[in-house]
Amino acid sequence: MPIVLEELSHVYMEGSPFESVALDKVSLTIEDGEFVGLIGHTGSGKSTLVQHLNGLLKPTSGKITVDGLDLSDKETDMREVRRRVGLVFQYPEYQLFEETVRKDIAFGPGNLGINGEDLEARVRLAAAQVGLEEELLDKSPFELSGGQKRRVAIAGVLAMQPKVLVLDEPTAGLDPKGREELIDLMRSLNASGVTLVMVSHSMNDVARLCSRVLVMNHGRLALSGSAGEVFSHGKELKEMGLGLPDGARLAALLRAQGWAIPDTVYKFDQIEPLIEQRLLKGGRQEC
Amino acid sequence: MLSNITVGQYFPGNSPVHRMDPRAKILLTVALIVLIFVAQGFVGYALIALFVLGVTRLSGINPKFLLKGLKPILFIIAFTLILNLFFYQGETVLVQLGFMRITLEGVYYAAYMAARLVLLVMSTQMMTLTTSPIALTDGLESLMKPLSRLGFPGHELAMMMSIALRFIPTLLEETDKIMKAQTARGADFESGNLINRAKAMVPLLVPLFVSAFRRADDLAMAMEARCYRGGNQRTRLKVLKFSKLDGYAALMTAGLCALVLLERLMPWA
Repeated sequence: MPIVLEELSHVYMEGSPFESVALDKVSLTIEDGEFVGLIGHTGSGKSTLVQHLNGLLKPTSGKITVDGLDLSDKETDMREVRRRVGLVFQYPEYQLFEETVRKDIAFGPGNLGINGEDLEARVRLAAAQVGLEEELLDKSPFELSGGQKRRVAIAGVLAMQPKVLVLDEPTAGLDPKGREELIDLMRSLNASGVTLVMVSHSMNDVARLCSRVLVMNHGRLALSGSAGEVFSHGKELKEMGLGLPDGARLAALLRAQGWAIPDTVYKFDQIEPLIEQRLLKGGRQEC
Repeated sequence: MLSNITVGQYFPGNSPVHRMDPRAKILLTVALIVLIFVAQGFVGYALIALFVLGVTRLSGINPKFLLKGLKPILFIIAFTLILNLFFYQGETVLVQLGFMRITLEGVYYAAYMAARLVLLVMSTQMMTLTTSPIALTDGLESLMKPLSRLGFPGHELAMMMSIALRFIPTLLEETDKIMKAQTARGADFESGNLINRAKAMVPLLVPLFVSAFRRADDLAMAMEARCYRGGNQRTRLKVLKFSKLDGYAALMTAGLCALVLLERLMPWA
């Protein structure tokens, strides 16, 4: 069942001189199995939006339901919501606290009441998913490198086996190899049926992974649609302080040279056949 | 979750109270505190209360915030009120309950003490609400300067204080973030008995300490990289200057002191 937001608004420090509207009547639906990219300038309300998805923040007005559970309802069991929707914060490595990696990964599922062999199996599975070697499990998380810590933190959420996984800037500060591995992980999780929501500043990551893109601007949902649709609004995105993925930029450059490329093209794989075609057909005089 | 703490929170503004020299504000607040302890009789307290309310009005700060700051000490006020009510040895007995009795003097004394506490918190809050923490420590440093001749590390102390103050909001933010991250992992900080709650703090405190040490390390490095070497011969970007405003404030406070002390000399006090 999907996550549905209806006219969701959130105001920080309401009634004080520091009052600020972080979300302004946002309505959207996240369907099962989707890979949604959430982009927007710093301070556009992305992080606030994401924290509503598992009930960490309550809407000031409006409504949000996860699998039909109303998150504003006091009767709703928040643990159940958090079991369904896993949230990986920005720089999650700063939340590690246990003596060993194993215990740290087990913290989340342990809180859900899982124990014994089941818990151990979940920890091993999550560690394998993020590519942590088994011998690291008995080390202190504080001895690991930055990239490894990030993986432990993500494994800690994966071990709760959520149906929806929300990641806030998961690739920020990782080296290129760590980044590729994390992208592969997200892709395979999505392929195995987990709904993914990724907040990112990297248009290239969004272009490569997401089937749908949501654009936030000043607390409002400015654009929403397939990646092709959203990236065809290059001008609007630029006005919001956002860029385009490399593929869409190349397409724009070629278009300026008089090539007939549809607006919705934003990937290199889409442009490649066009270039090939031209080279084969037009021959030298075009170049 | 942790956004409703007002103690030490500065409310930016441009009122006469905001524009006063921080040294004047500190000194006058100290004078006011002494006055609160010296004052006797309801007229004195009423005058001081009126003064504090007047300053609040002048500063343009919503009085709601002053009242909000009283919340944390509400318990202490209630406690002293009750204690004084029952245990003050007076003569005019109003109610006798076994060995406990309430006397007229006790009622007066309890009311005085409660009024004192409320006024104390309100007047100090008036200072912290209208003075940025940086200005406050600058003021303190300058006031402590005479002591440095005696080897008192005034500058270092002020620097430590301003760093500590600077990092309170940062650490609160960090606490909030870690709390949310652990809540997202199913941690529960709000229910359960005392032991369970104390245990629930571990996932919060360990990362918080780790990051506090990391920040301290980074800050020390950044300060050294910019050649910080203590207070010797350091010049300031903003030199503190007394203005006419501070003179008026001092006059008004002196007037208040005179009125309150005059009441002490009156025969009915």
